[in-house]
Amino acid sequence: MPTNPLARLMKRSPLKYLQEHMRIVLQCAREVPALFEAVLAGDQGRVEAVKEKIFDLEAQADTIKNELRAGLPKSLFMPVDRRDLLDILQMQDSIADTAQDIAGLLVERPMEVPGNLEEPLRSLVERCVDVCEQSLRVIEELDELLEMGFRGREANQVEAMLGELNRIEDETDRLGLELTRRLFAEEDNMNPVSVVMWYRVIEWIGDLADFAEKVGDRLRLLIAR
Amino acid sequence: MEIITQYGDVFIVIAIIFGLFMTWGIGANDVANAMGTSVGSGAITVTTAVIVAAIFEFAGAFLAGGHVTSTIRKGIIDPAPIVDNPEILVFGMLASLLAAGIWLMVASARGWPVSTTHSIVGAIVGFAMAGIGINAVQWNKIAQIVASWVVSPALGGFIAFMLMLSIRRLILNSEHPFESAKRWGPAYVFMVGFIICLVTMFKGLKHLKLEMSVGMSVVSAVVLGLVVAGIGWALIQRVRVDAGADKDFHFASVEKVFTPMMLFTACAMAFAHGSNDVANGIGPLAAVLSIVSSGGEVVQKSDLPIWVLVVGGVGIVVGLATMGYRVMRTIGTRITELTPSRGYCATLAAATTVVLASRTGLPVSTTHIAVGAVIGVGLARGIGAIDLRVIGSIIVSWLVTLPVGGILAALFFFTLKGMFS
Repeated sequence: MPTNPLARLMKRSPLKYLQEHMRIVLQCAREVPALFEAVLAGDQGRVEAVKEKIFDLEAQADTIKNELRAGLPKSLFMPVDRRDLLDILQMQDSIADTAQDIAGLLVERPMEVPGNLEEPLRSLVERCVDVCEQSLRVIEELDELLEMGFRGREANQVEAMLGELNRIEDETDRLGLELTRRLFAEEDNMNPVSVVMWYRVIEWIGDLADFAEKVGDRLRLLIAR
Repeated sequence: MEIITQYGDVFIVIAIIFGLFMTWGIGANDVANAMGTSVGSGAITVTTAVIVAAIFEFAGAFLAGGHVTSTIRKGIIDPAPIVDNPEILVFGMLASLLAAGIWLMVASARGWPVSTTHSIVGAIVGFAMAGIGINAVQWNKIAQIVASWVVSPALGGFIAFMLMLSIRRLILNSEHPFESAKRWGPAYVFMVGFIICLVTMFKGLKHLKLEMSVGMSVVSAVVLGLVVAGIGWALIQRVRVDAGADKDFHFASVEKVFTPMMLFTACAMAFAHGSNDVANGIGPLAAVLSIVSSGGEVVQKSDLPIWVLVVGGVGIVVGLATMGYRVMRTIGTRITELTPSRGYCATLAAATTVVLASRTGLPVSTTHIAVGAVIGVGLARGIGAIDLRVIGSIIVSWLVTLPVGGILAALFFFTLKGMFS
């Protein structure tokens, strides 16, 4: 129990927690390509192993999330709105949750990959992880934003990074559509349940990028005011 | 009257002991609060802080501690009703010292954010009301003092806020922040020396028989400012870009420029604290001394003997050496959210406010002003998270300290009175 008024005045910066959380979340998302490689190789053992890794990282991220929430009483005065902060945290967490969902499904329901889906699947997954990478890059700028009071050159720079984030996310949307088109063409040669499941997996892969973009969108609000 | 002549030496010895006890307590607990922002930002080590504090607390007490001392000594109580019973004032001052000292010990052990200043002022008012009468308290002076307790943290916060904005504009938001920091750094160091020196020496240092006109004070402040700016410049020149750290945090090298600058604000803060808080311990001592040495003259015209200021300075340094450094180490490890640039703003703002108050003879709380200054930096969106509950606990500590100090002092007053008469 810190007794000194100055020590009690300054709490650990919630922005630091946010960055720590996002780093773990990104590690989690980075496992997704490995997961699909294992699926493509038909190596169910490896799929299982990657899934374990993802579940483990997701649990770590949850711990940080809970710590941050627990240490955020209403009496805290912060340079950013409490609501915005919690929203960003929520979006980051959704990325890890989505990765977890994908891994869980692929373990529980081993799926075959039609040949002409392989390449577009790879590029979609890669690109979606890129969006997450960019989103962490933006989150890493929070220190600098704090130093600058969320204004000035630094804010402009982050604005530019957010523009890039939106651009990559748009790309994933197109890649997702392309993959859906290929899947549609294959529908008649596949088990109907597999088709439904593939649609769902494609949607979830896209969600990785969607949530990563939303992290950026929420962060934009911090600079806006 | 006879009591004074009979027990005069005893009173002086007791007063010195109580005064040392009080200043020891200030050195043990309060100094750490003053230096907390410097140590916490990692700009200076605990060892450096202790050395800086020892030297500059003493200097502050010695050079600029006179005004507040005289307020505590003769500004709060109107001695007119007790000209015929000077011993009452002696008992009262001794009781106040003891009350404040004990209350501080209890409060620090419990970890309450209690101010030494509030304790002693509350104690003196309490004794005066109980021992002499409600009218013996100079209520308009008290009103001024209490107002300063509210205004000073706000002023500290405001100055810190403005400093923060200027650093952002001139340094952080420039095209080459590191070069800008090196360019403007000496100017910011100049400001530290100039402000502290100007406020301290404005129109001279009376107790050192150093008369100065306004112009002379300004000139000497400029000279001192330039000297420290020169030293600052030399230190800043040695700072190199740390490319590795910059990759992680773009402003890492810029912050490194502020590190040597913090050394100067730490000195300023110790000086400011010495100039204000030492009076809490030696004000009552000085009062007792002048009554006894004048043979029972309550209306205190005599000057403050310099050795009394020295006693205060010694008490603080001893407190620092015995316990203060440990408290400082604890605080240093807890306040890590302040970067050197923020620490600079908060510390300079607090030091300026405290020295200004000292100069006007207002006893203020250094700790509360430091809290105000940090909040000022926070308002400039400069700190990750500030827990505003501290403000509530500070207000509660006011509401408790004043009456408790007063009641304790009244109690001790009647005890002492009973013992000696």
